[in-house]
This record gives sequence, structure tokens and C-alpha cells, in this order.
Amino acid sequence: MNRISTDILIVGGGAAGLSAAVEASAKAKVTNVDDNPNLGGQIWRAELGKVKSSEAKHLIEQIDVGKVQIINNAQVFGSNGVDKLLAETTDGNLELRFEKLIIATGARERFLPFPGWTLPNVLGGGGLQALVKGGLNIDGKRVVVAGTGPLLLAVADYLNAKGAEVLLIAEQTSAAKLRRFARGLWRQPAKMIEAAALRARLVGIPYKTDCWVTSADVSSSSRVLRSVSVFRNGITRTVECDYLACGFHLVPNIELASLLGARIENGFVAVDEFQHTSLENVYCAGEPTGIAGVESSLIEGKIAGLAGSGQPDSARSHFAARDKVRRFGEALNKAFGLRSELKTLAEADTIVCRCEDVKYKQLSEYGNSREAKLQARCGMGSCQGRVCGPATEFIFGWKPGSVRPPIFPVKLKNL
Amino acid sequence: MKTFDVAIMGAGIVGAACAAALTREGLSVVVIDANGIASGTTAAGMGHIVVMDDTKAQFALTKYSQDLWKQLAQEMPKDCEYDNCGTIWVAANDEEMTEVRRKHELYSANSIPSEILGENGLRDAEPNLREGLAGGLLVPGDTVVYQLTATKFLIEKAVAKGAELRLADRVVTITDDGVMLKNGESISASIVVNAAGANAAELMPQLNIKKRKGHLVITERYEGFVSHQLVELGYLRSAHGNDADSVAFNVQPRSTGQMLLGSSRQFDAETGEVDREILGRMTARAFAFMPRLPELSAVRVWTGFRSATPDNLPFIGKILGFENVYAAAGHEGLGITTSLGTAELITDALLGRKSQISPEPYLPSRTFIEH
Ligand SMILES: Cc1cc2nc3c(=O)[nH]c(=O)nc-3n(C[C@H](O)[C@H](O)[C@H](O)COP(=O)(O)OP(=O)(O)OC[C@H]3O[C@@H](n4cnc5c(N)ncnc54)[C@H](O)[C@@H]3O)c2cc1C
Ligand SMILES: Cc1cc2nc3c(=O)[nH]c(=O)nc-3n(C[C@H](O)[C@H](O)[C@H](O)COP(=O)(O)OP(=O)(O)OC[C@H]3O[C@@H](n4cnc5c(N)ncnc54)[C@H](O)[C@@H]3O)c2cc1C
Repeated sequence: MNRISTDILIVGGGAAGLSAAVEASAKAKVTNVDDNPNLGGQIWRAELGKVKSSEAKHLIEQIDVGKVQIINNAQVFGSNGVDKLLAETTDGNLELRFEKLIIATGARERFLPFPGWTLPNVLGGGGLQALVKGGLNIDGKRVVVAGTGPLLLAVADYLNAKGAEVLLIAEQTSAAKLRRFARGLWRQPAKMIEAAALRARLVGIPYKTDCWVTSADVSSSSRVLRSVSVFRNGITRTVECDYLACGFHLVPNIELASLLGARIENGFVAVDEFQHTSLENVYCAGEPTGIAGVESSLIEGKIAGLAGSGQPDSARSHFAARDKVRRFGEALNKAFGLRSELKTLAEADTIVCRCEDVKYKQLSEYGNSREAKLQARCGMGSCQGRVCGPATEFIFGWKPGSVRPPIFPVKLKNL
Repeated sequence: MKTFDVAIMGAGIVGAACAAALTREGLSVVVIDANGIASGTTAAGMGHIVVMDDTKAQFALTKYSQDLWKQLAQEMPKDCEYDNCGTIWVAANDEEMTEVRRKHELYSANSIPSEILGENGLRDAEPNLREGLAGGLLVPGDTVVYQLTATKFLIEKAVAKGAELRLADRVVTITDDGVMLKNGESISASIVVNAAGANAAELMPQLNIKKRKGHLVITERYEGFVSHQLVELGYLRSAHGNDADSVAFNVQPRSTGQMLLGSSRQFDAETGEVDREILGRMTARAFAFMPRLPELSAVRVWTGFRSATPDNLPFIGKILGFENVYAAAGHEGLGITTSLGTAELITDALLGRKSQISPEPYLPSRTFIEH
């Protein structure tokens, strides 16, 4: 086993983790671990090296590689006592000892089951984007983008730029909710969304609110996606397409914080104003504490980095800005809250847990996630319930079960 | 107030099996569990239904129980995943081969089919075992069950025959007249069966039960990597020695293609968290038998508490100092297997019938011959 000892350990190299690293490295020895080959997190990792956004560029430039030890391709899967984490790397197991830990593990897309959602060319928005970034040729392919949240627009925009024919953006939230959001305090980000929506319209992509996919269908002769059924205003119509990119906003990656025993409140890691969790030596920044966009991750990262490295006064100077973006986050989550009709999309034979092939009808007889897990093995597979957990929470109101190590599958030799 | 014939404390596999057997005989039964069905040690176990011959009494109870499982399997639904995979007791060296031959003779004398495998036979049966192992004993009649759905199935059988189920209700007092719940409610019953697993001694300190912690690992799906439940012969030393900590190689193929990997035994471990030191020893032990294992992925690790008695035999029967209170607890690492035999012994005792095997060795009032 390899061992590293550091003052401040940051898990996650996205906006939050990197901004924490910048601030903390002024006062302490910092180590940043991330499970991807590149830094940058969800939004920037693919562009680093050919950095496009000035924000990302600025952040990366500030990272003093002499002071921040960057470890990529290292996935934290467990802990060893209160001051050590364990990560799996390409050359085995790595033990990371720390004085202070900053958890900046980001978020993932939420998926909801509907008939056909497990078909081959049905993916999450981020998933399809990643495939295209990884070389999938989408040029000339017909794509429906569906679900909810600002991510839909970003995905459609990206796919369009890569030559896809985006037929429709189906946004489940209502026009009224979206308007209220845009009219609120949130000029800047709301403008971004408007701008993206506008751009979509300009290139002729219809952006429909109150609209959702009720099923993905195959042709009778093969298991290939042929069309999706789209519901809006009481009418279901069929849209023929090659890909469906479908995701329902984001859910926080709280597994590491839960495993360590940090208090979780309403599904998020509970923190005080210094981003300090309920655990003595653990801070948390970015999406695990609330989904509020990249701006919020950057500011929370700063505060956690400053507070964790003994600079509370400097941390305080960011409170006002943080509170403002948090309010934005609240409005965002309200605007893209899920409508209850989505709870009934799954049919008796629709698979809910993909890893263990658990169907909707098997689940409807259980009262909570633990029973469903033990009896039907829902959430017991290799994704550890990351996909079906948020879905069953929404559909059945089941609170997520306890987190067991390892939080990601890990080779037995590294366990 | 209604008086039940029997109140069973605990809806683990032992309580469930008792409920199914007692309702089958027409008794009125209530099953009370502080949590849910199969939420205790039953949720943590491995589901290996195995004949073991550490002592004559253990042999009798496991053999009897296995026959009962074979009957029950006829009516068990598919989701119980009853699988005739058989066991191979793996012998690392010639000394252990002597033990293989002894076991084979004993099994043969008792009409249990088994087959001695030499070095090559073992490798043919399980190509992922390392070269150079001496051989093993294949016991084709041993099986595996998904004990969680099996417990639910037993409870459903009982409920279909009129049993009442009280979940999320904790028993705080047991008397000869019934039990008292944490919410203050009394449940009146002619007989009380304490099937509270590792917690059975909490309300009855006269039951000499110690918690013995175990770790299990489940892997991703590797269809065909192992075909039988594989247990090292040294397992017996681990399971039945009374050393503080021990590990043994024990791997089970699941119908999903996953594998369950055990096993560890620790006394004096009160909390359920994963102990990395013993986990490391346990996996290292397994790697020594299966050199390709280290590269496979583990999905989850968990722990559970076995209920150990001084002589490694369960407590089945009337508890000293009571008229109407019976124990069905202390099944250590064999409670999935022996749940069905336990249920029949309890039922026979309550009905005053002669049992198919002698109940004496399991009576809670026995005096211990420690070994
Ligand atoms: C699929 C997807 C696409 C998105 N696209 C956009 C977009 O186009 N535009 C936009 O504005 N916002 C987008 N977002 C939202 C985006 O997540 C936030 O705006 C912002 O990036 C959040 O930053 P963060 O640092 O909090 O989290 P992240 O950027 O998610 O960074 C967290 C990092 O931690 C790593 N990590 C997590 N757990 C571990 C572990 N156990 N061990 C090691 N590393 C770990 C993750 O892999 C990730 O690299 C997207 C989100 C998702 C999920
Ligand atoms: C790692 C491991 C591997 C194992 N592998 C195997 C195997 O392969 N084969 C095999 O045969 N056995 C195996 N076992 C053993 C087997 O799991 C147990 O012997 C068996 O599950 C015990 O069942 P039980 O019903 O007695 O206990 P439990 O399942 O613990 O049930 C007791 C129930 O009582 C309830 N309870 C406790 N206190 C109260 C109270 N005061 N009021 C109300 N309810 C209460 C609990 O909530 C619980 O549900 C294994 C055990 C472990 C730990």
C-alpha cells in the first residue's frame, strides 16, 4: 500500500475542490484527489489542456503545483479511522492521511424509470455528452433531449454544435415555474438559461415546457431505439430518433460524507457557515451541500479552503456572496422540481434497478429501501444504488439506506 | 385479551421457521420483531445449507435440517434461489486429505453421497483454485439458498395459516404468561419462544450466548468463476476453535454470478463496523487459494453477529427457571441451515411428540462439556 500524509486533503477536482485548493495552499500542504484522468470536474475536465472558459483557465493558473499535490485517477472508496481515506489508483491502493478533509465530490444526474429507459441508445444528458467527447460520431444523428434542469440546454447546445439534429428539448417543468424563476433575483444565471434557450430556438430546436417522455420504443425487429413517446398538454406523440438524452436535474454525491458519519439533512451534507460538517475535521463544499451551479461551488470551495487552513476571517468575507448564490440554488431547485406525474411513468415490468434487474412490480410491495434492498436486492449492484436510490426516493418516498464500504467497487486486492 | 398459543420473539430465519411449523400444526402464533423480517443476522449471512460433523449432535441437526430444506425446496418460489451447487471441502495438504477420507467414510456410513477429489479432480471442478492443492471432498447434496427471501417465504406461510405479525415492536419483558412490548402493550401467550438471535440473551442472561462477529464481501458478477461452495478444511478449526480471532477461506457462487467471500470470526467486537485488519487477513486467506481473486472487484463489505454458545450447539427447548418459555437461539454460523430442524424440535416439544432426532444435546438446561 502506498501512503501519503497531508495537511489538507481535498476529494474532488471540480470547481469546488480546485478553488478550495487554491485558497488552502497559501497556508497548508494540500493534496487533491480526483477519480478522473483530468482535473476540472463535471464541466471543465474535458476542456482542460485546451481551456476555453476564462473561469477555468484562471482557476487552473492559480494552482501552484509546487504547493498542491494533484493525484488523478484515484477513487476514494473507504476510510481507515477518522483521519485516513483509502483510494484505488492504477498502481494499487493508496492511503491518504490528513489533518483536515474537504469533501467536494459534486453531483450526478438523476434518472427516473420509464418504459424503455434501459435501451441502448437511451442515455443521460451528461452521459451522451461524454460519449461524444470520447469520440462517438453524432453528426447527423437525430436526438431528443429530455428531463429537467438547465443541463438540458447545455447538452442540446453541445450536441447541436457537434452536428446532431436535436429534434426537441422536452422540459418537464411548467412554463409558469420557469417564468417565475426567470423573473426572480437571478438575473445572471437566469439570463444564461434564457440565452441558451434562445440559441436553441435560433437554430430551430423546439424547447417545450410541461413536456416529458413517457416511453422509449424499439422497432419490432430489433432492440434498437426507434422512437420516443412524448407527452404534452394531454396529447402523446411519437418522435422518431436515434438517441434519447434524458436526465432529471442533479443529485448530490453524499456517499463519502455519509460513510464517514457526517450529518445529512434532507439529502444534503449539513454544514455550518464555514462549510464545516458535523465532523470535527471534515469540511464540505459544492454540490454535496446543495445544487446551486458552478458559481456556488467556486465560492463554497473558497470558504472551505480558507476555513480549513485557519483563515476564518478571509472565509467570512465570502459569506454574503455565498448566501446569494445559495438563494439562486433554492430558486433553481424549485423551478426544476419534479412533477408528480413522473412517479407513474414506470409500468409493472419496467426495470427500476438496472444492476440487479429489479422491476417496478417487485418493488411496489415493500415499505422502505432496506426491505427492497434485502428482499429484492434493489440497489445492491455495482452502482450501489446511485441510480435507483434517487428514483425510489422520488417514486416511493423511500429514504436512502445506510452507506456501506466500499463506496465504489474496488479490486479485492485493494480492499 | 386474546391469548395466543405461541408468541415468537424474532422474525429472523429461526423465528420464521418456528412460525411456519407451529401454524402448520394448527397453533395460533404471533411473531414479534423489533425491526423487520430477516433484519438481523439473517440479513448478514451466507445461506449455505451444509452438513457439518464437528460433533455428532451437530451432524444430526444439520443432516436433519438439510433433508427438511430439500422438502421445502419443492414449494419454494424461484426468488429463494435454492441452488444445488454442492460443497467442496478443499484440502491444502496431505494431512487435510486424511480428514477428507475420514469425512467421506462418515458421510458414506450415513448415506450422504460424497466424492473424494484428487489434485486434478479438484482443478477440473474448480479451475480457479491454485495448483498444488492436495484435493478435496465434493458433497453434492449441500445447497445454497437466498436466506432473505426464504425467511419471507416462511413468514408468508405462517401468515397464510393465521399467524399475526408485529413488526417494529420490541419485546422488553418475557414471562411465563407472554411478553410485554416497549410501547407498554402486553401480549398474552401460553408459550413464548425466544428466537432473538444474537440478542436472545439480552432479556435472558441465563442463555450463555456470545456475539461472534463475521465479515462478508460480495463481488461484481463473474459468471462461472466458481461453481461450488468452496470451504477450506481449515474452516473447522476457525469455526470451532474458540480463539479470539480467526479467518478461513469460504466462497459461495450466487445465482446472479456474484460471489460471496468469507469468513472471519471475532469475539469481543461489539460494533458492526468493518475491521480492516481482519478483512485484510480474510481476503489474503482467499487469495492463497484463488490467485485470480485479487483482480476481481468487490461491491460491498458488511458484518454480522453469530450467536455463539460454549459448545457451539444451539439452545433449543425450555429455558431453566421458566415453565412456558423456550429458546430457539445460539445457532452460530449454521442458523440458516439448522432453522428448519430447530423449528421441528420446538414444535415437537410443545406438542409433546417424539422428535426425529434426539433433542437432548440442544436443551438449554444441558451442562457444558467444553472442548
Ligand atoms: C453530467 C453533468 C454535466 C454537467 N454539465 C454542466 C454544464 O455543462 N454546465 C454547467 O454549468 N454545469 C454543469 N453541470 C453542473 C456542475 O456539476 C456544476 O456546475 C459544477 O461543476 C459543480 O462543481 P463541483 O466541484 O461541486 O462538482 P464536480 O464538478 O462534479 O466535481 C467533483 C469531482 O469529484 C470527483 N469525485 C467524486 N467522488 C469521488 C471520489 N470518491 N474519489 C475521487 N474523486 C471523486 C468527481 O469525479 C468530480 O470530478 C453538470 C453536472 C453533471 C452531473
Ligand atoms: C457472516 C455470516 C455468515 C453466515 N453464513 C451462514 C451460512 O452460510 N449458513 C448458515 O446456515 N448460517 C450462516 N450464518 C449464520 C446465520 O446467519 C444465523 O445463524 C441465523 O441467521 C440466525 O437467525 P436468527 O433468526 O436466530 O437470528 P436473527 O436473524 O438475528 O433474528 C433475530 C431477530 O430478533 C429480533 N429481535 C431481537 N431482539 C428483539 C426484541 N427484544 N424484541 C423483538 N425482536 C427482537 C431482531 O430484530 C431479529 O430480526 C452466517 C452468519 C454470519 C454472521
